Amino acid sequence: MAALPLHPDPAWRGRLLACGLALLVLWPALVYSEFKPWLLFDPQSLAAAAGFLSDFLHPAHGLEFLAMVLRETWITVAIATAGLALALLGAIPATLLVSERLSISRLGTDRVRWPAALLRQCVRWVLVLLRSVPELVWALLFVRVVGLGPTAGVLAIALTYAGMLAKVYAEILESSDAHATDALLANGAARLPALLYGALPDAAAELVSYTIYRWECAIRGSAIMGFVGAGGLGQRMDESTKMMAGGEVATMLLMFVLLVAAADLVSTLLRRRLG
Amino acid sequence: MNQPLPPPRSWTTPVLLVLLLGLIVASFATLRLDLAAFFTPEAAGTTLEFLGGFTPPETAAPFLMKTLNAALETLSMSALGTLLAVIAGLVLALPASGRWGGAARALVRVVLNVLRSIPELVWAALLLVAAGLGPFAGTLALAAHTAGVLGRLFADALENAEPAPEAALRINGAPALAAFFYATLPQTLPQMLSYTLYRWENNIRAAAVLGVVGAGGLGQMLKYHLSLFQMQSAATVVLAMLLLVALVDAISYALRRALTR
Repeated sequence: MAALPLHPDPAWRGRLLACGLALLVLWPALVYSEFKPWLLFDPQSLAAAAGFLSDFLHPAHGLEFLAMVLRETWITVAIATAGLALALLGAIPATLLVSERLSISRLGTDRVRWPAALLRQCVRWVLVLLRSVPELVWALLFVRVVGLGPTAGVLAIALTYAGMLAKVYAEILESSDAHATDALLANGAARLPALLYGALPDAAAELVSYTIYRWECAIRGSAIMGFVGAGGLGQRMDESTKMMAGGEVATMLLMFVLLVAAADLVSTLLRRRLG
Repeated sequence: MNQPLPPPRSWTTPVLLVLLLGLIVASFATLRLDLAAFFTPEAAGTTLEFLGGFTPPETAAPFLMKTLNAALETLSMSALGTLLAVIAGLVLALPASGRWGGAARALVRVVLNVLRSIPELVWAALLLVAAGLGPFAGTLALAAHTAGVLGRLFADALENAEPAPEAALRINGAPALAAFFYATLPQTLPQMLSYTLYRWENNIRAAAVLGVVGAGGLGQMLKYHLSLFQMQSAATVVLAMLLLVALVDAISYALRRALTR
């Protein structure tokens, strides 16, 4: 009878070896990211962090300060809402352009005439560009153009989300049942009525649900964009962090978490209504 | 013959729509955006001039080397941040999946929720205080947020795993660690790997912009050149960001196919 293995996991050598190899591969990454955990325990930075953290235990709660936090929170929500509203202004026409479901030349032949195909492809490229530049980078750029303040945040959200919404809207429309739209188009309906009466009833719930989800994302995004100067809660948080005012940061962090949780809740409730 | 009555209309829909409209109007009213200013001929001219400032992107060899360096820094931050998050996430997922009782489960889940609900960028701004300017703070920030996300996902995966195989091993005398490694881990590993790859794709996007608060990588470079109004250099950095993200997406796609086949 063979002796029982001493280690509870018979393959432990192999696992350890794999971990070692992974560490070896990651070595350049450790160097590049200046991974020096001991810096955290340097007495000077430890003292700074301790002071900052101990302030966290006494969140700032002056009446004036709280009023300011609430006002900035509303501005954060307003930036997200206004940005999304503008994004819709761009996304809906772009969806109509991009969606092949509404192509009349496609009917029967399943081939699209080349000028239409070219136009669609160009709009698609623009949308890819809009959504692949991160919203924070857009915000940085707009802060340079229009100056510090909420306008930069609204424009950044409008551009990024127009790209995202148009792409997903087109996908949702194209994945809905084609028969109704095709029948309407084949019988001579114009494109807009074909969309409104053919594709939309099938896809409306999903479209609205996705829009609400994006609104929730936009609130998170607009709070973060404040860190580059685009107004709202993030900007105040950035200022307080730079002044090492731990108590103020603690209050605003709490407010931020509450805001995100509230947006999450509202979004979930609204989307559940849609079924 | 009586026509059947139409179904009653829900009154909540119009109320919600009015509320929504109110929210939008109130938003625009508070922000007082001067949007009309964007549609004047002068604005169009300024915008064109501004956009023209980005072309051609800076392509001098030393600058490209610097950008490459920053891109590697960003890549390292994202990879290392994800790895740290996987380790921390696994460690936290064990109690969060209810292995050590309901109290531990609830407590750890609260910790995970806090980690998760603070975005990477806010973590970075906070960690700069402790870790100083540079990519290390960014790595820790990515790790902190992602640990919250992955910990929750891993815990759910562990909870949903079939418990019978592990129980069978335990009843037949296998030690706890072996039972876990040979019954529960193999069931959940593919799902965990898939989540990890997905988070890595997210983290490379986050790592690229984390630098704007001073946490290293391409973001820091972008902020620096934009604040000096060196638009052509900034254009190169933005292009590098887009390339890097596309590259990581491609690698992740290939890895996913190789691992899940």
